[in-house]
Amino acid sequence: MAALLEIRNLRKSFGGVAATDDVNLEVAMGEIHAIIGPNGAGKTTLISQLSGGQKPDRGSIRFRGANITRRPAYTRARLGIARSFQITSLVMDMSVLDNVALAVQASDGHSFRFLKPARSITHLRDAARDMLLQVGLGDRADQPTAALSHGEHRLMEIAIALATGAELLLLDEPMAGLGPEESTQMVAFLKLLRGKKTILLIEHDMDAVFALADRISVLVYGKIIATGTPDEIRGNVEVRHAYLGEE
Amino acid sequence: MSMTKRSIWPTLGFLLLLLVVPLGFYFYDNAFYLDLATRLVILGIAATSLNLVLGYGGLISFGHAAYIGIGAYAVGIPVYHEFYGGFDSIASTNGLFQIAIAVGIATLFALITGAISLRTKGVYFIMITMAFAQMAYYFFLSLDEYGGDDGLVIEVRSEMPFMDMDSPVQLFLLCWMSLVVAMLIVRTIVHSRFGMVLQGAKGNNERMVTLGYNTYVYRLTAYVISGAMCGYAGALMGNFSSFISPAMMEWGRSGELMFMVILGGAATTLGPVLGSAAFILLEEIFSSVTIYWHLPFGLLLIGVVLFARGGLTGMFRGRGN
Repeated sequence: MAALLEIRNLRKSFGGVAATDDVNLEVAMGEIHAIIGPNGAGKTTLISQLSGGQKPDRGSIRFRGANITRRPAYTRARLGIARSFQITSLVMDMSVLDNVALAVQASDGHSFRFLKPARSITHLRDAARDMLLQVGLGDRADQPTAALSHGEHRLMEIAIALATGAELLLLDEPMAGLGPEESTQMVAFLKLLRGKKTILLIEHDMDAVFALADRISVLVYGKIIATGTPDEIRGNVEVRHAYLGEE
Repeated sequence: MSMTKRSIWPTLGFLLLLLVVPLGFYFYDNAFYLDLATRLVILGIAATSLNLVLGYGGLISFGHAAYIGIGAYAVGIPVYHEFYGGFDSIASTNGLFQIAIAVGIATLFALITGAISLRTKGVYFIMITMAFAQMAYYFFLSLDEYGGDDGLVIEVRSEMPFMDMDSPVQLFLLCWMSLVVAMLIVRTIVHSRFGMVLQGAKGNNERMVTLGYNTYVYRLTAYVISGAMCGYAGALMGNFSSFISPAMMEWGRSGELMFMVILGGAATTLGPVLGSAAFILLEEIFSSVTIYWHLPFGLLLIGVVLFARGGLTGMFRGRGN
């Protein structure tokens, strides 16, 4: 398997605390790779360095073979990396459709176009509508984003990440705050993406992780202590001790 | 943000009123109201330009009066040299030349100050835009040749093709048409792809960057367009008042422009114009009652911010609170 994403000796500390401590990780094309770990293990910090929100102290990140470690965040999306946020990050005062259409627009050439009304550009609107239909928000398209429920916002995050057309999706706790039923729906939807997209998934919901992941890495205090298939991780004594809370 | 299409009729109606009423007064021998309306319309252009960055971009520029000053001096200085010699290369009474200088220098000033200011956020952005405007203020204050503190009388108005700027009616018509064009430009921009990115960055910059937009460049572009438009308004202001002094670009003037945008309703097409109308009329009314008119004025602004979020346009649309 060719590695789509290759992380080497990545390190990031805040004061004396190493949030990312010499992390090595490969994500293969087409796999769903989950990262689990207790609170404060540095999962979101890791994703932020991949998406460009934070700069690592050292180490390297390669995407499709190219070194992107120091590339600004906005260039990474164009290379094919999209992320969703643990804490919902949407443009609340725009409509649901506007939010997704902006994601479509991002990969549709530059946006220094000043004349034509963006809301009348059919291929942007249609692609965005289609994406909303896929995540089950088709009938909410014209609502103000602020009017949607938390669960719907989580789905919008996914729709937006997908709408960029990115190959690699960095999903930061897509299940956060969802009820059992909504979680099941989200897992079912993410399953549909298997093989179509490469996903780096951070998630606390263990049922979801074991249902979705091809491989799992366990992050504890900024270090990856184990990487393997779901079965291997289940059987790993160190992981059980450090994370799953069993003797 | 427009989720539903808003009617364009109130805007058209108000613009028409703005055209007909002052002209009506003028032809019934009351020139004062045409004067008032011309100032209103020019400030309306400036406020409309500010609205592009403040309302739609969420960038609270506290220095837009600088562009009015720059634009007005771009009329005054060439005229000064035409009359008193020196600097032959810029000595001119040609209006198109003066406007080109006004817009050109305003663009350059916006590009340089914007490139630096936009590296900061929030209150720092407010402070740094204000600081740059104050720099421009002190720059003109120190130019003794052009009157410094005392200002500069603009001996003749710009010479324009097909029109006479000395005619109050023609000057007003030019200003009014300029306002309509300015509103159309801003409206077109904010609905375009560019405008969607600008508004998206206002709502959630991190999200837009993550989507792949270099929002800094989009914001800078908007800032430069806004500065250029405001510089144009300044050139009109110079013609209107036939006088220019650094006091026109003091930070308090920038605050008044912000006041107009917020009072009228930020991020709406009509808002800034409605705000300048309210500003001019209230100033007129309050200042005829008391010289301490700034106090009731200030209270009014606080009232608008607290009770009528969305400004006057918001109130009329029943979106207040």
